[in-house]
Amino acid sequence: MGIGESFSLAIKNILSSKMRSFLTMLGIIIGVSAVIAIAGMGNGMKTFVKDTFSNIGTNMLQVYIFDDGTGTKSVSIDQIYDIVEKHKDELAGVSPYVGINGVVKYGTESSETTTVGGVSEDYFTIEVLELSEGRKLQYMDMKNRQQVCLIGAYLAKEWFNGSPIGEEISIAGYPFTVVGVIKQTGDSEPRARTNDDRVIIPYSTAAAINGSRQVSQFFLTSQPEVSTERARVSLENELLDILGDKDWFYVSSMAEMLKEMDSMISVVSTVLTIIAAISLLVGGIGIMNIMLVSVTERTREIGIRKALGAKERYIMQQFVIEAGVTSGLGGVIGILFGFLLSAGATALIKSLLQTQMTIVPALESVMMAFGISVFIGVLFGYLPAKKAARLNPIDALHFD
Amino acid sequence: MSALIEFREVCRYYQMGDNVVTAADHVTFSIEKGEFVAIVGHSGSGKSTCMNIIGCLDVPTAGEYLLNGRNVGELDKNELAEIRNEMLGFIFQQYNLLPKLNLLENVEVPLMYAGVSKRERKKRAKEALESVGLGDKLKNLPSQLSGGQQQRVSIARALVGKPSVILADEPTGALDSNTGREVLELLKSLNNEGHTVVLITHDNEIASKANRMIRLKDGRVVYDGVALSPEELVKANRESEVS
Ligand SMILES: Nc1ncnc2c1ncn2[C@@H]1O[C@H](COP(=O)(O)OP(=O)(O)O)[C@@H](O)[C@H]1O
Ligand SMILES: [Mg+2]
Repeated sequence: MGIGESFSLAIKNILSSKMRSFLTMLGIIIGVSAVIAIAGMGNGMKTFVKDTFSNIGTNMLQVYIFDDGTGTKSVSIDQIYDIVEKHKDELAGVSPYVGINGVVKYGTESSETTTVGGVSEDYFTIEVLELSEGRKLQYMDMKNRQQVCLIGAYLAKEWFNGSPIGEEISIAGYPFTVVGVIKQTGDSEPRARTNDDRVIIPYSTAAAINGSRQVSQFFLTSQPEVSTERARVSLENELLDILGDKDWFYVSSMAEMLKEMDSMISVVSTVLTIIAAISLLVGGIGIMNIMLVSVTERTREIGIRKALGAKERYIMQQFVIEAGVTSGLGGVIGILFGFLLSAGATALIKSLLQTQMTIVPALESVMMAFGISVFIGVLFGYLPAKKAARLNPIDALHFD
Repeated sequence: MSALIEFREVCRYYQMGDNVVTAADHVTFSIEKGEFVAIVGHSGSGKSTCMNIIGCLDVPTAGEYLLNGRNVGELDKNELAEIRNEMLGFIFQQYNLLPKLNLLENVEVPLMYAGVSKRERKKRAKEALESVGLGDKLKNLPSQLSGGQQQRVSIARALVGKPSVILADEPTGALDSNTGREVLELLKSLNNEGHTVVLITHDNEIASKANRMIRLKDGRVVYDGVALSPEELVKANRESEVS
């Protein structure tokens, strides 16, 4: 008797009691769909993080200088430019970054969520910023500490009906003229507290508002063809020369942050996947349970088959294949269900969090889930099959 | 030329707790090819025990059983399965058809285990069913048939592998007397065509349809000779009591 015969017999048996077969598969279906959806979620999170940082660029380096209050520990803008010039094979652009803590106002309206940062004209080579109208900041704005600003899509939408260009807003009590509007970056409507809720001004103006000539934060980019890590090492060595101690500065790299986040997501999704996989095991035990019942129920059939010449290995083969097909089918249904679940979760995340995070089941997790479910069926079908094959034909024939 | 079936001092003991039950006690007989033999006896006389051994479902505890010259006691499980498949055709009291398979598929089962190709199987199963008059019900399920028809399916199934021996265990036990008679006629005609038929029954009337009768009592052969009708039997019994 060939394997093909065993397969068609197995399918016949599974179809002849659909409800029971479905219940037998249920554990596998739930396990597989959970594995697929969770693995897909991990995937989606990684893609989401990557997309979020893609307009900043993973070749970005951020330098923080810690002020000791005396003003002796500092790196001037010229020094930073010198470093970039010296290592121009590794470092590309640089811009100071001066954060402002102050409310943004327009007429009677005010926004406390808006991030205000001062940057140089080179900043536009570091972060890819497209304008929907107006102009970028220029060298002259820096030099003259112009009170001009770019506003994000959120304020443009909230406060201005027509074009905001030339309008005057107030930042920390100082008047600024809007010279440009940054294009919306998110997929959904621009909202508060997102990348679309920001104002950019000249760093010199920002430093003046803060009452300090020192810049404690710089953004740099590495040359695309060298590793960010190498550029970071050179940068750190130069800063060490200037400041004398590692404690006075910190260089963080976007690539490294992304890598850390990636591995964190991996760990979390692996742990969750393993937990979901345990339910596959439980599903396997369910299959074993039902198969044992089925062997008892089919004792007479087994006796008849043996009397007609079935060898033990054929009986064995029949039951193992039936268990494998049952759980394999459960696996396929679980995969379909997992895709549905992923689509549902994607829609839910979109409507609840206003975030575009697509949960995509990875091909390898789909293949693995299917493979594991067949394996589990065969594994847990083995014991009942053995029991069936060992039945004494005489006893089996008289069983009822 | 040895006999087709040869029992040499066959014994079968069953352990029941501390007791040993002797189900077959030095049974010796031989059956030639082409015979129609009935094994008769009251309930508990050892008929099923002998039938299980003849059918290679069981092996003797002591003594030898030769089937076509081969000592069955020396064979392993796989070889026994092969012999059942190739040499024996079983007909059971309860028909023992597989309820989820249609008639054609039921009759195909022995051929499937014999490794016959699907096409050949279908063809031969169809012929076997036609030969028992069920050629028009190939796709029916056993539950859609009467008892007599089901028994004919099981006869077709017993025949399809062209076995050396057809073993019928109380084949009319579950049937009314008319259908029972038809089934017996069918067995008789199979014998006329050259098949060796071994019929196991507790019913003297039925046993008398065979050509030869082996009577068992308490696991022993007490008569082996021409099949006697119940009346002849009563007479023979009376004579044996007198002497
Ligand atoms: N599996 C068994 N275990 C113990 N005793 C058995 C078993 N099978 C049969 N016997 C005993 O062997 C004897 C003969 O039984 P059996 O061959 O079934 O007789 P029959 O078929 O003529 O009714 C009976 O006493 C029966 O109780
Ligand atoms: Mg009996």
